[in-house]
Amino acid sequence: MTVTGRGRAGTTLDLPVGSLPPQAQSLRDEVVAFLADELRIGGFTPRCDAWMSAADPAFTRRLAGRGWVGMTVPGLYGGHGRSPLERFVVAEELLAAGAPVAAHWIADRQMAPSILRLGTEEQKHRYLPAIARGECFFAIGMSEPDAGSDLAAVRTRAREVPGGWEVTGTKLWSTGAHLAHAIVLLARTDPAEGSRHAGLSQFVVDLPWPGVTVRPIRTVDGEHHFNEVVLDAAVLPSDALLGTRGAGWEQVTAELAHERSGPERLLSTMPLLVAWADALEKDGAGPAARREVGRLLARAWTVRQMSLAVATALADGRSPAVTAALVKDLGSRFEGDVVETVRRLRRAPVRRGAADGVERLLRDGLLHSPAFTLRGGANEILRSVVAGHLGVR
Amino acid sequence: MTDHLDDLRSAAEAMFAGREPHDAVPDPELDTLLWKSLDETGFSLLGVPEEAGGSGGTLADAAAVLEIAAAHLARVPLGETAVLAGWMLAGSGLAVPDGPLAAAAGDLALRRDGESWVAHGWLPDVPWARHCGHAVLLVPATEPRLVLLPLRGTPGVAVHPDTNVAGEPRDTVELTGLTLPAAAVRPAGPGIDQDAWEIRGALLRTVQLAGAAQHVLSATVRHTREREQFGRSLSRFQVVQHQLAVLAGEVSAMQVAARAAVLAYETARATAAVAVGAAKATASASAHTVAAIGHQLHGALGFSEEHRLGAATTRLWAWREEFGNEDVWHERLGAAVATAGPGGLWRLATGRAAEVGP
Ligand SMILES: Cc1cc2nc3c(=O)[nH]c(=O)nc-3n(C[C@H](O)[C@H](O)[C@H](O)COP(=O)(O)OP(=O)(O)OC[C@H]3O[C@@H](n4cnc5c(N)ncnc54)[C@H](O)[C@@H]3O)c2cc1C
Repeated sequence: MTVTGRGRAGTTLDLPVGSLPPQAQSLRDEVVAFLADELRIGGFTPRCDAWMSAADPAFTRRLAGRGWVGMTVPGLYGGHGRSPLERFVVAEELLAAGAPVAAHWIADRQMAPSILRLGTEEQKHRYLPAIARGECFFAIGMSEPDAGSDLAAVRTRAREVPGGWEVTGTKLWSTGAHLAHAIVLLARTDPAEGSRHAGLSQFVVDLPWPGVTVRPIRTVDGEHHFNEVVLDAAVLPSDALLGTRGAGWEQVTAELAHERSGPERLLSTMPLLVAWADALEKDGAGPAARREVGRLLARAWTVRQMSLAVATALADGRSPAVTAALVKDLGSRFEGDVVETVRRLRRAPVRRGAADGVERLLRDGLLHSPAFTLRGGANEILRSVVAGHLGVR
Repeated sequence: MTDHLDDLRSAAEAMFAGREPHDAVPDPELDTLLWKSLDETGFSLLGVPEEAGGSGGTLADAAAVLEIAAAHLARVPLGETAVLAGWMLAGSGLAVPDGPLAAAAGDLALRRDGESWVAHGWLPDVPWARHCGHAVLLVPATEPRLVLLPLRGTPGVAVHPDTNVAGEPRDTVELTGLTLPAAAVRPAGPGIDQDAWEIRGALLRTVQLAGAAQHVLSATVRHTREREQFGRSLSRFQVVQHQLAVLAGEVSAMQVAARAAVLAYETARATAAVAVGAAKATASASAHTVAAIGHQLHGALGFSEEHRLGAATTRLWAWREEFGNEDVWHERLGAAVATAGPGGLWRLATGRAAEVGP
């Protein structure tokens, strides 16, 4: 990044074009064929935002049977040793089809890589094979009542006690904690000396666990996706610590870079867009609607190229933090744009009880739309991240 | 390959840095000094095969240099020469003449007269024609023809100067009974037709739009750090930082789109039209946001003709219209989705299936 006064006017965000490995094409064909079969036998109903809201453990296990969960986990730990770009292809096909992948999404996307990077041998053997079998789901316990955007303000405390840790605190908005087999916590273990980012640590807590209560929080769509997780002097074994004591902030930040630029940040409403475009053609599309289809295709193509460029860079061991933050900002706004465009051109009320077709997908997309620009860090926070990299903060 | 592109970018950077116009006063003159360096280093015909008299290299090479040329607001018809004229000449078995070249597509009345041809016609918006010795003209028809037009000192040719909104030459070439030797008129080579011309032109302008947008981003970041109000740099205000982040997002989108479209054009011709169309639509649409934020954060200073910002933003305003603005490409992409059948939108978004016809 050299968007500074000095240096090259031509190089600002320089990122090589992303590209998929040669075997990606046949892999994509396999996934497409699998999804077509599933649809034919009624294995799932396409949903918007299915990666957050459509959990189907049986579907997850069918995917795992194909080797499409824990793909990047090495064989030694029960995974499949595939590249992150192969995972990218599988992920984007599942997302575009609106397949119910929520059960394993967090485990597959961030906990498997995280445990692989930071975990002890014991933790790796304990969690990774189960994740790859589609039998171990994870939730994230970062946010709290007084720690949202300002994540470093977490108050959950972990006190070292003989043989382990005693943890007390309240986590909020934990997606899927009611279905998860484990939750990863960010908690304060030590005083914030020198920096408020110091003294934080990560823990993995198996669920259910004595002293840990999971309570549902319903969302505006009337459904139960996320939860309040209360820890009341819960005693964890010492090997619940993930990574290094006191390095929680750095660990979480690294996790977020991976979390922000994936294909799910632009594809939450792709099932709606595809279904709408298909329906338009069946009913005889007018020129205005056609142009909007073209406009959304152009945007989808572009943001996907950005996401792919980031994925390629990550796979090459680089960390394109600015572009990752930009993908989430542009991608999540694109997701909302799809909802608003379809709604405007459809010119019909959306009923809460919509049972099928474009209307049902639109209802889900609409009712979920506030989440797009919040989860994974509010877009304003991402813009501040970008500004930091532009050298203006 | 990336290392090679990096080297090329550094070399281009060295060549174009310092050649920017000082202000936003429309300047249709050719930067002859810059053209001389481009000519001497072979950059002027990058991507044109050596057999045809070019410098060899790929389209990605030419695009890397063009992005930087545009970021420095270079006043030379580099894209017209290397990417359009050079491509058509080399692809049709014609030798590439010296000097900057204009390129155009348009209807011409061509009549045989013994061994030679006689041409009549009116070609508007020919970039840089007044500074070029020759224009390469694609005459679209069922069997498209390529015409090498001499522009200087030839009876029957008049170049009427005109400019685009950025003040770049977009001249009208008038032919009134121009006599051409037989060798100057050829059937266009394989794959060179009106559709290909529009796609390649759109790709060229997409790359240039991405370059000019980077100029706006760099200039705006620099300006907001230097300019103080309320006792601090503008860049200390969060609302300014967030506008810069939005600007960076659009610029990054334009750059990634341009580069990905170049790659698609070189490696996957069958789906290149969708890639280029999507990229041009993105670049044309984002040009507004980029220019608007750039101007807003520069305040009145950026609106003054004495400031260079306007040279970049007027180019964005000009180039976004050329070879199809976003509305044109949205329409074509929408039609491509319609013909691609069920699920077609997603297949096209991932670089599979179907054609997009202009
Ligand atoms: C669907 C969904 C699922 C989620 N899942 C999880 C989960 O599984 N686990 C988990 O830990 N968390 C989860 N979250 C929480 C999520 O990480 C937070 O919502 C997010 O970080 C924002 O925090 P907040 O909601 O407390 O908003 P606040 O921090 O209160 O911010 C509200 C708004 O204020 C503005 N704002 C705040 N700070 C700034 C600033 N510094 N500069 C400019 N503007 C600012 C922004 O517009 C922001 O949107 C989820 C959230 C959603 C919506």
